[in-house]
Amino acid sequence: MIGRRAVLAGLAGAAAAPAFAQPLAYRIMPEPVAAGLWVVRGADAPIAMANGGAIANITILATDAGTVLIDCGPSLRYGKALKAAAETLTGKPVVRVYLTHLHPDHVYGAAAFAPAVLAATPQLATLLKSEGPGFSDGMYRLLGDWMRGTEFTAPGTILSADSETFGTRRLRLLPLTGHSPADLAILDEATGTLIAGDLVFHDRAPSTPHADLAKWRAALTTLKALGHTRVVPGHGPIDPTPNAAIDQTRDWLDWVETTLRAAVAAGEDNVAAGNTPIPPRFGAMQAARYELQRSVSHLYPALEAELLPRIDTR
Amino acid sequence: MRRLLLAGMLLLAPVAAQAKLPADPLASPMWQRLGGTLFGDDTVRFDDRVKVVFPGIAEDQHSFPVSVDARGIKGVRRIILFADLNPIPLAVDFTPEGAQPFLATRIKLDQRTPVRAAVQLEDGSWLVSGGWIDAAGGGCSAPPASRVKGDWAEHLGEVRGVALRGGDGTHVRLAFRHPMDTGFVANIPTYNLQDVALTGAGGKHYGTMRIEASVAEDPSITVITDAAVGEDIVLRGSDTNGIRYDGSIAVRAAPADAAVAAR
Ligand SMILES: [Zn+2]
Repeated sequence: MIGRRAVLAGLAGAAAAPAFAQPLAYRIMPEPVAAGLWVVRGADAPIAMANGGAIANITILATDAGTVLIDCGPSLRYGKALKAAAETLTGKPVVRVYLTHLHPDHVYGAAAFAPAVLAATPQLATLLKSEGPGFSDGMYRLLGDWMRGTEFTAPGTILSADSETFGTRRLRLLPLTGHSPADLAILDEATGTLIAGDLVFHDRAPSTPHADLAKWRAALTTLKALGHTRVVPGHGPIDPTPNAAIDQTRDWLDWVETTLRAAVAAGEDNVAAGNTPIPPRFGAMQAARYELQRSVSHLYPALEAELLPRIDTR
Repeated sequence: MRRLLLAGMLLLAPVAAQAKLPADPLASPMWQRLGGTLFGDDTVRFDDRVKVVFPGIAEDQHSFPVSVDARGIKGVRRIILFADLNPIPLAVDFTPEGAQPFLATRIKLDQRTPVRAAVQLEDGSWLVSGGWIDAAGGGCSAPPASRVKGDWAEHLGEVRGVALRGGDGTHVRLAFRHPMDTGFVANIPTYNLQDVALTGAGGKHYGTMRIEASVAEDPSITVITDAAVGEDIVLRGSDTNGIRYDGSIAVRAAPADAAVAAR
């Protein structure tokens, strides 16, 4: 396993050498969103060599007790660059990194931090133990040298309370499910900012590799009732309003499910279902075709088992 | 390891006559060797009217959807679907008979490979098309989920399906339960759904196909026939252990709004 990964990384590095004459480096550019709250925007695109896997939004919070991060990016290299940039920005060391869910674009930067700083809900910690290391081969294959030295690092702090307070800044912790079997959304009470993880996407199509659509919709209903003022989505631009991104996420999930159910009922094959025209209202959504085709892969077999009748004589 | 052995054996096999094989637009390292094996002395041409359609990303290399549409070509008597660099390159060998020259299924991918279809015309010549797809690797050399779960034996012989009469014919969708073992996982020998035949009213043939273990676990297959509403389409199938996959589907009219709803 290690051998193959090393070979792959080596090959990718060699192939990439002419294009990346400089050593690979992430440009961490925190954008101010609210008082003491910045977001490092991810590329609104699939994980690719061109973006080094830096596709998820990362949140930086300044508190009297130190710097708090929400998610930590795709690789050791990213995690190190993020830590340095955040500590320069706030002038205080990183004392907490919340992991929102198991996907590698959010948590593979964990290797840059001490395990005790890394925090996850009990459900996520369990899930990461079994599933976390498994994304490694795929990430190395896609990202090559960007991933150099990255080994999945498990969180050392298990979150049991429904909030944590750093100095005067209280963060409400909202364990939910739907995008994945263990999602964490966080409400920064000082600014009314909801950091939603991948429960909310914005102008970037939602991804469904571990999704339960019914639970995801229930989670969105919960989030809508929080009384927040703005949303930091897991992917895509900040929503300055409480509900636009939440509603758009729900609209996409509803459309995908309706579309795929109709396609299965009509006997459509997977290729045809994945090539269903995207409605104009999703025209501004990045990666829409890509995510629809992924969703066909994720959801079609279960829908066929549910909707198509047995026709055998067994 | 087994894969390397197979590749080695292929390389050692006697070179078939391949004077007629055109240069490969996809520059596949296996084209000359594979083309000789698949097409022998037959005339081969590349032709984009053979539409091989698949997603731009292999989200699941154990189950990669591909459709082959040769309805723009007259006199198609056979369609083969294959992936050059899979340890078992051939996936499906389909003789449409009374069905339209169209086939959709899901295959395994073992590495970055050309995925292609070839259609054979009445004169015996072949038209070939396809494209490269990047795969994460290991599609053929990882155990199927049902093997891991362990309940596969309870579901042998099960088929779900639907046959809907729409504007371009009757789409027959079949979803089989089968582990589709490739033989590349330790202690699990090759075991796959192998023969599928469809017939309609009066014994009209709606296609027969030979299926290889490179088709994805729990195979799904779509063909398009001219069967009429109310007609019973009879399925006769079997796997390499002789387990039967028999059944029948009554053709229904596609709801007028189904195609619209799917958009
Ligand atoms: Zn995610």
